[in-house]
Amino acid sequence: MPVNREFIGRQYPASATYEVGREHIRRFAQAIGDENPAYTDPEAARALGHPDVIAPPTFLTVLNFRFALEGPVADPALGLDYSLVVHGEQSFELHRPVRAGDVLSSVARVDDIKDAGRNELIVTVTEVTAADGEKVATLRGTIVSRGTAARREA
Amino acid sequence: MPSYDEVEVGTELPERTFPITRADLVRYCGASGDFNIIHWNERIAKAVGLPDVIAHGMYTMAVAGRTVTDWAGDPGALQEYTVRFSRPVVVPDDDGGAVLSVRGTVEDKREDGSVVVGLVATVNDGKVLTNAKVVVRLR
Repeated sequence: MPVNREFIGRQYPASATYEVGREHIRRFAQAIGDENPAYTDPEAARALGHPDVIAPPTFLTVLNFRFALEGPVADPALGLDYSLVVHGEQSFELHRPVRAGDVLSSVARVDDIKDAGRNELIVTVTEVTAADGEKVATLRGTIVSRGTAARREA
Repeated sequence: MPSYDEVEVGTELPERTFPITRADLVRYCGASGDFNIIHWNERIAKAVGLPDVIAHGMYTMAVAGRTVTDWAGDPGALQEYTVRFSRPVVVPDDDGGAVLSVRGTVEDKREDGSVVVGLVATVNDGKVLTNAKVVVRLR
């Protein structure tokens, strides 16, 4: 069954801020096998001009899972069958690096829902902002709902 | 670290290979919060039509990105990173796992001091990421 297109344009502000800690950055960097000292050693990060350790570029994916249950994908009214879903595309636009001590707010928006052959694409844009209002990052993710596009007569 | 001036369109980054094992996926589940069962349970993965357990797309993206951040030196210099997931990375239950190969080529130099690197990421010669691009600022 097709995904509910009335969701296009809906916004989902996260219900809480997300505090970025040094130890979570360390654990994430270890998990991706990345030993760059900018993630774990404050002195090394400062030598590169950062005020504290920074997070790997894809770190903000953690926001999607921290707030997954309150986002559009979890809303039954969207009509998405999660077993048919695969991740199609992802982009991170980092206005500045994420760093330890950040207290981040985020708003997810359903940017588009459209057909791609027999599949449907659901595009979500998440804006991430620091406590002082500085824009930190824009995440754009596309998930693919396999085989759910409305059938058309030939 | 490469400097902006010495890098040219066509400059190739050092090719990298990254083994991906089941243990890596379990660690990434914990670090990312993505505990989707298809990333750690072979029985369920096969039941939903996958050949075996598959890696998180975001894990593959993160690992492939090291090709650029290790080259550039400062991971904080990365400004944009975009990928399309073209096929899943199947991770067998053995000691070697899957082997991700990543090549990067400078495709553009921008006037603001950044360069655009195109990435080609393959497993067993099949492309697992397409349209993969990184914008990174060089000194």
